[in-house]
Amino acid sequence: MRKLTFIIACSFIPFLTWAQDNSSGTVQGDFNLSTQSYYEDPAINAVGVDEFILMNAYSNIRYTKGNFTAGVRFESYLNVLQGFESNFNGNGIPYRFAQYNVNGLDITVGNFYEQFGNGLIFRSYEEKTLGIDNVMDGVRLKYSPLKGLSLKGFVATQRLFWEQGPGIIRGFDAELNLNDAISSLENSKTNAILGGSFVSRFEEDNNPVFNLPENVAAYAIRTTVNRGKISFNSEYAYKYNDPAGSVTYNNYAPGNALMTNISYSQRGLGIVLEAHRVDNMDYRSKRGATGKELTLNYIPAISKQHAYTLAAFYPFATQPSGELGFQGEINYTFKKKSKLGGKYGTQVAVNYSRINALNGGPSELTINRDHSPAFFSVANEELYFRDLNFDIKKKISKKVKLMLNYLDVIYNKDVIEGKIIGKNVHARIGIAEVNYKLKPKHTIRSEFQYLSVDKSDEYYKDQGDWVMGLVEYSFSPHWFFAFVDQYNGGYTSEGKSYDAVHYLNISCGYTKGTNRFELGYGKVREGIFCVGGVCRNVPSSNGFTLNITSSF
Amino acid sequence: MKKFLLISALISINFIAFSQNRALPKVDLKTLDNNTINTSEFDNDGNPIVISFWATWCKPCVKELTNIAEVYEDWQDETGVKIIAISIDDARNMSKVKPKVNAEMWDYEVYCDPNGDLKRAMGVGSVPHTFLLNENKEIVYQHTGYKDGDEYDLFKKIEALVK
Repeated sequence: MRKLTFIIACSFIPFLTWAQDNSSGTVQGDFNLSTQSYYEDPAINAVGVDEFILMNAYSNIRYTKGNFTAGVRFESYLNVLQGFESNFNGNGIPYRFAQYNVNGLDITVGNFYEQFGNGLIFRSYEEKTLGIDNVMDGVRLKYSPLKGLSLKGFVATQRLFWEQGPGIIRGFDAELNLNDAISSLENSKTNAILGGSFVSRFEEDNNPVFNLPENVAAYAIRTTVNRGKISFNSEYAYKYNDPAGSVTYNNYAPGNALMTNISYSQRGLGIVLEAHRVDNMDYRSKRGATGKELTLNYIPAISKQHAYTLAAFYPFATQPSGELGFQGEINYTFKKKSKLGGKYGTQVAVNYSRINALNGGPSELTINRDHSPAFFSVANEELYFRDLNFDIKKKISKKVKLMLNYLDVIYNKDVIEGKIIGKNVHARIGIAEVNYKLKPKHTIRSEFQYLSVDKSDEYYKDQGDWVMGLVEYSFSPHWFFAFVDQYNGGYTSEGKSYDAVHYLNISCGYTKGTNRFELGYGKVREGIFCVGGVCRNVPSSNGFTLNITSSF
Repeated sequence: MKKFLLISALISINFIAFSQNRALPKVDLKTLDNNTINTSEFDNDGNPIVISFWATWCKPCVKELTNIAEVYEDWQDETGVKIIAISIDDARNMSKVKPKVNAEMWDYEVYCDPNGDLKRAMGVGSVPHTFLLNENKEIVYQHTGYKDGDEYDLFKKIEALVK
């Protein structure tokens, strides 16, 4: 690490003095700071912290000259915000790299992010807001030996907070665009791409009881076919015997995943249908690692990613151990001046997703090493998640825009939140948003949201019903002010009763160019915060927040 | 020692000419048909280019692109500007990008950055984040976030480039 920092530091020097061409290099960076103060507030179960104030901050700095790029990221967690792993506490440079391209050979040394295909067997990525950064550290090469064919390969270890995981990961990926590679297909109306990837983890076996495989491999094949308005994508992945979980059953079951989607779209209309089946595909750079640590692959969640607060109240997270899911979505725009379109047109969207357990459970959970669940079974399997939602966007006049949203969600609380088989929550959520333009640069935006849970005994009542109201005033280009109230009518959970409570929050922001300041004060409710189907639990809190972002 | 090296590296950066506009980084992206395209292929015959980072699940992003879509024809007529929308949707939502763009009837060039390579290279922390490139494809202006009416300021910057 220290050596590499030194090398990168040195590598800047020649560019300062050896002006081979007349262009000078450029430097670019970004900065992000989140701080929050925490006060004790028994009414919402919020705890104070001894430090009073916690902070997450990072800054990237990159230098580019021609085909050469080098960069570092400094991260500081003093101490880390609640809801993130306390192992992040401290300062350091977990990301530094140098990359250059010589006659088409692209070489990266140091840290890199990479994804093969859809990520079913390999995806190294970062999502700072979730505390995810499984960046690789090693060597990566990319090369295109002939037109239409691109190759990628790497050997690396993976980041775990401020250290590296024990596994050595080797990966290789090839992608062939048939229309580019075969001249007779160049003008074909059908466009086809084939891809294949292979990943292997080496980890020493020092288990005194079991003879564990030291090398665990996975492969995946994929294809994309486009013709006119239709697109088809599919990827199949297979993982060889990987000692799962706590390695107590001596169960080295293999895993597999299949995902496929087809879409049709033309001006004003888009339709997508998707399905995926996942069995024992938790693949990490250390056997038995849990949580968000050292994940090597990424199984995309097959449900809609909602943006409104209460719509995202019960979010689905993929169960990589095993699930079978389907999703369909239609987007349609009623044209301007049509009967349903009105003067400005009307946009509607319908989305449905349904995910259930595999028949007899996934391969990994059973003591019977020969168990493999039926490929397709829906009707009698345990439901994990179901979401039917409608979306309407309508511009009423020059000044007013209206958005309506309705969701009907069934959420298997126990399974999704990490417990064994249990009951579901059934919630219905209605949302209305109105944008009112006072003057060209002055807008008032208001949201009203209501979440109602099914009160029958068949379902968990969870935290009961919620109401939320938001008013935001924005003055382009610099200012915004927002006021939010989330109200819960009180509920009983595990024998403890909670009183009705208002989660009031006020915030204001100032933006100038790429500098953005945001100051907030109030109560934050406990909940799951998700981006891209991966989630983080945020505890209740009460206090000030200050966020600053900047880039140059 | 480690700190000292970083500081010296940062100091050495300071000596590099800052006055020059920053060039667009060369990064591979995916087209809506899953083909690979490099940002060096972006072209608008010497006219300005706007690069707007967005995602299907990001409401202010969709609002920005929808509001600009209403005036895009006028913008093109008056300045020749081209808008390139970069979706940072990952494998979860990538298949929804093309149907979404079509259903919204956006006439933008749209590419996908599913693992955040261009996002990282351009220092984009969160979306929306908008860049304006001049005739040499150098970044001359950038803006984060979106509030109704921000497009007026963006258009002023575009107009200033072509005058």
